[in-house]
Amino acid sequence: MMPLLAAATISEQLTELTNSTWGPVLAALIHVALVGAFFGLPAGAFIWAERKVSGRIQDRLGPTRVGGRFGWLQSLADGMKLIQKEDLAPADADKMLFRLAPYIVVIASFAAFMFLPFSDGWTAVSLDVGLFIALAVLSTEVLGVVFAGYASGSKWSLFGGMRETAQMVSYEVPLGLTAVIPVAIAGSLNLQEIAALQSGGFWNWFVFRDPFTMLAFFVFFTVTLASNKRAPFDLAEAESELVAGFLTEYSGMRWSLFFLAEYASMYFVSVLACLLFLGGWWTGIGGLDQAIAENVGGYPARVLGFLVLGVKAGLLVVVQIWVRWTLPRLRIDQVMTTCLKYLVPIACFLFLGSVVWTLFLPGRTAFGLSHRFAPSLGDRVPVLERVDRVAPPTASREEVSESTEAPVQHGEAS
Amino acid sequence: METFLFLLFGLAAAGGAVMVVLNQDVVRMAFWLIVSLASTACLFFLLGADFVGAVQLLIYVGGTVVLLIFGVMLTSSGPYLRIKSSPGEVLQAVVVGGLFLGMLVLTVMQVDWDRHESRLQAEYGGGPANDVGYNQQGEGSTVRNIGAALLGARFDADPQHPDRVKPGYLLPFEIISMHLLVVLIGAAYIARAKRKRPDSQSSSS
Repeated sequence: MMPLLAAATISEQLTELTNSTWGPVLAALIHVALVGAFFGLPAGAFIWAERKVSGRIQDRLGPTRVGGRFGWLQSLADGMKLIQKEDLAPADADKMLFRLAPYIVVIASFAAFMFLPFSDGWTAVSLDVGLFIALAVLSTEVLGVVFAGYASGSKWSLFGGMRETAQMVSYEVPLGLTAVIPVAIAGSLNLQEIAALQSGGFWNWFVFRDPFTMLAFFVFFTVTLASNKRAPFDLAEAESELVAGFLTEYSGMRWSLFFLAEYASMYFVSVLACLLFLGGWWTGIGGLDQAIAENVGGYPARVLGFLVLGVKAGLLVVVQIWVRWTLPRLRIDQVMTTCLKYLVPIACFLFLGSVVWTLFLPGRTAFGLSHRFAPSLGDRVPVLERVDRVAPPTASREEVSESTEAPVQHGEAS
Repeated sequence: METFLFLLFGLAAAGGAVMVVLNQDVVRMAFWLIVSLASTACLFFLLGADFVGAVQLLIYVGGTVVLLIFGVMLTSSGPYLRIKSSPGEVLQAVVVGGLFLGMLVLTVMQVDWDRHESRLQAEYGGGPANDVGYNQQGEGSTVRNIGAALLGARFDADPQHPDRVKPGYLLPFEIISMHLLVVLIGAAYIARAKRKRPDSQSSSS
């Protein structure tokens, strides 16, 4: 089968249904549409949330009118306005690169979503290198910003682009080091497995595992702020110093593509932080997860997991917004000092500490909670039955049967 | 479908490389380099080599090209922003490139593809992609094998000697990690804040 489209269930189901070679293609289209929805809709919601939260923080109301109450359709109105604007390119700009730069940012940010599991088994491309490849794809986002800064033919933009590069060189190292800590604990780069390991009570989440991972979560969160160009690391944009930094010369749709990508990657790193440290799609109440897995099972349990993950990630995004409107911006030398001089040694120390903890206190969490409340791994939720394997008959057969039928037949055939 | 994607990414890789050579603006060259390198990464993904593809993206696209543009932006003045090759340089490049192309073509011609294909058929039954790289669940499984091999254990058995365990790559792995450590320490040493000595201050002023 075509490897890149290898989302076994949907594509095989469609192949069964349509009896043609177009099954994988249709499945790929469905995947793209779904990932596109996960990419675009939260971004729109968070743009509204940013305006609303910033308004409240500054003792204003924020948007109130569009959509009836609370101005909840404000993002849509913004989008309509931006589409109608003229698409300008300055005379001094390198036109080709200027036009292409927003697409690089959006493609990188969008492609990173392909590797995220949004719930147990809900991922477009499930790979053993999941985390690594997601970070690799996300790191190419910087290129678009740098090109935008360079190609605009403006001093403000050039400064923004240069700051972004300098910032990227400094934050990538602690980002990689802190992301490795859950990998070392879980023994896998697969985001699915890392999140699945944190089932049971919230003391099984990697944040609460030991003091080192708890600090590592905060380091990771700080560094993802830098990777998203969010305040206090928004030097590339720096609207109070550089007009709008690399965005200065952009207008209309291209400008809004940059913003779409920014808010989408805010959501992306929040989901990533949840998967790595905050227990992924698990509620954190062992009994509840267990009950859901046993009584509801299959598809509805996954929908619940998706909602839980969405709420966790949404809260993290709100914290990012809150940080942006309360903290002042760092200077570029302060950013580099923070990332390279302090966060890199801290991340190295935390990595060493968590590895040593894993070696000498295996299975023991920081507060001894799992020891007291669950003498063994008894409160761990069994991993939900995979849809693409032969599922034993369960209470929720009606829900699962649709998605299991085709793969079961496939399994017997091969 | 696979053929179509292979053609698409292959053309993008080759076309990007050609554009790198034809362009004269350094930053545009960097852009086409990204196109070429990212397409190469996609070719790796098509082959089922997910780890190599991810490394290609992270190291070359995300790392090297960013540093290249950073360098250009810092030093962008005069002769370095636009590169014009003299006819002599073009001739040199054609000779070196032609020799390399000849070597590649010779190498490809010398491989007995039919024998490899039949060996793979005998070993895995019906194409290697089903069992080795990507399985039906769509999970690439190259990472664990690569990681284990780097730490000295190879799980893939030698078809000629199934009872013999092949050695991994522990020594190269350790050499590389020591090398990187030395490079890091060296970089920190070079970049450290230098204490001004009184005699050097007097001589410079």
